[in-house]
Amino acid sequence: MRLGDVVRVALRALTRNKLRSLLTALGIIIGVAAVIAMVAIGEGARARVEQAFAAMGTNVLIVSSGAKTSGGAKAGAGTLPTLTWDDMRAIRADVADVRFVAPRVHATAQVVAEDRNWSTTVTGTTPEFFEIRNWPARLGAVLSPEDGDNGAKNVVLGQTVATNLFGASADPVGQTVRIANVPFQVVGVAAVKGQSAGGSDYDDVVYVPVSTFLAKIQGGLQKFIPGTILVEVTSDDVTTEVGQRIAALMRDRHGIAVGQDDDFSIKNLTETAARKQESTEALTLLLASIAAVSLLVGGIGIMNIMLVSVSERTREIGVRMAVGAKPRHVRLQFLAEALALAVAGGVIGVAVGVLTAGRLAAHFQWPVLIRPEIVALAVGFSAAVGIGFGLYPAHKASRLDPIQALRYE
Amino acid sequence: MSSRALLIEIADVTKTYRMGEVEVEALRGVSLDVAGGEFVAVMGPSGSGKSTLLNILGCFDRPTRGSYRLAGEDVSDLDANALAETRNRTLGFVFQSFNLLARTTALENVELPLVYAGVPPRERHDRAAAALERVGLGDRLHHHPSQLSGGQQQRVAIARALVNQPRLVLADEPTGNLDTRASDEMMALLADLAGEGITIVLVTHEPDVAARARRVVVVRDGLIQEDRVGASDAASAGPA
Repeated sequence: MRLGDVVRVALRALTRNKLRSLLTALGIIIGVAAVIAMVAIGEGARARVEQAFAAMGTNVLIVSSGAKTSGGAKAGAGTLPTLTWDDMRAIRADVADVRFVAPRVHATAQVVAEDRNWSTTVTGTTPEFFEIRNWPARLGAVLSPEDGDNGAKNVVLGQTVATNLFGASADPVGQTVRIANVPFQVVGVAAVKGQSAGGSDYDDVVYVPVSTFLAKIQGGLQKFIPGTILVEVTSDDVTTEVGQRIAALMRDRHGIAVGQDDDFSIKNLTETAARKQESTEALTLLLASIAAVSLLVGGIGIMNIMLVSVSERTREIGVRMAVGAKPRHVRLQFLAEALALAVAGGVIGVAVGVLTAGRLAAHFQWPVLIRPEIVALAVGFSAAVGIGFGLYPAHKASRLDPIQALRYE
Repeated sequence: MSSRALLIEIADVTKTYRMGEVEVEALRGVSLDVAGGEFVAVMGPSGSGKSTLLNILGCFDRPTRGSYRLAGEDVSDLDANALAETRNRTLGFVFQSFNLLARTTALENVELPLVYAGVPPRERHDRAAAALERVGLGDRLHHHPSQLSGGQQQRVAIARALVNQPRLVLADEPTGNLDTRASDEMMALLADLAGEGITIVLVTHEPDVAARARRVVVVRDGLIQEDRVGASDAASAGPA
């Protein structure tokens, strides 16, 4: 018997009962669609997390002041200023594998342009901040070292602020905005960063030199940094080590005895990212195994309908055997049918899964990530399900006694 | 002449079925020789063993004891695959209930044995069309069984039996579901085929059908009771 005939007979048998074939394949369709969509969503979420951490800057440590303790209740990190400008300079000078160090102090303030205003976060920092965050200017330039030294009243706008004050397409470079009633000149608009994993807008911010910030917007104690220190290390591998070195340096500088708690905290973004990554991977695995179970259920559906089909077509099997079909021909025919059902289900499932993933990704504003190997795996797995669950019905059909099959009513 | 050589040689064949605890002896030592080109009718009441005999002749079943040589080849011990191949190459079948595949054209029904013989599609089509032409259905190639009369369906079945140029055509009550006119046409067609040198073994319980054969074998209680040439007194062969 020729392969073409096997395929033709199988497809004809399936198209004869279109609704039944569709319902049977539905299990596989749902299973495969679920696999594709779930994995795509998992991957999308992971990419989103990666993106978010890339936006925050990789290899970054955040050193914060300690918590204020009042009446036994500890307030949050940074409430008690313990980090000094000298601490920052010491980190830059004395700790190995540190590439950039930048302070970050911020306040909420009203930013006013000619006829519009916008409440946003005003961040005081140094040019190194933009290096740490991998954040170039879209228009104009970011802060320059001279700005800090001169206490220049220059400002870099985030895109959201620029849009709200000047409109989306305008070039505000050279314009003047007033922050806390102090006029600042716009020197640049930062490139669009988008949203953070937590949903806050990275672009709803303005940057001013930290010296100007302290002098004009929100003063602080001369000695202490009323904010955090961002440290970029030279490579991922040493982030944890550098964190330990900074901790040791700070304990030493703050005169903290062995056994006493730190009066500062160091957050390692790489570690946080890795933890997030692990949790999305676990999620992907979970979703994929649920999908695998539904594929299995789909396979049982195929087996069920193939058994029905064998008993319905007993006479046909008898006729085929009478005119010379060997047991293996009959087996092949029913296997081909089960396989065709499963593969058709798999292909439709891929289409449904890709569409679903696309819609969900659009809804959550995630990137769509359809991995070809997952598509191949899903179709391959459904084919395996078809063969696996088609084997028994096909075997049963091939074992029929032609005489009895011909007499079957 | 070579077609007069023995096509069927059955020697002392018994067939025993187990039905639960009971053993049923359907055939109890049957010997039968049929020469190539003979037109034989097998008669007998139901339960006589004639169906069992036909199943063995048709390579559907193996004898419990005894030997069956078909066209010089011993087929009594073949496995399921070899039996299927013998059915495909050497035999053609016509059944009482036609046994055509529904929702499948006459042409495709006739092509079926050629599909399992591995004949390429074009040749298959030509041979099937020729076989249908031979039985007078050249204008019905693409009709489905449901669009054909009983007589026409049975002729499609005969075309299917003939398409692989068998040595032996086995017909099991081929006129059982046909009206008198269609029956007559059917028997005329079978007689024609016999005249062309195709061996035909026909199972029937209708004496007037058996009367068209040149030799009548009567089976009763698992034994051959009568084996006569010449059909003039076939009517006395026994009730249905």
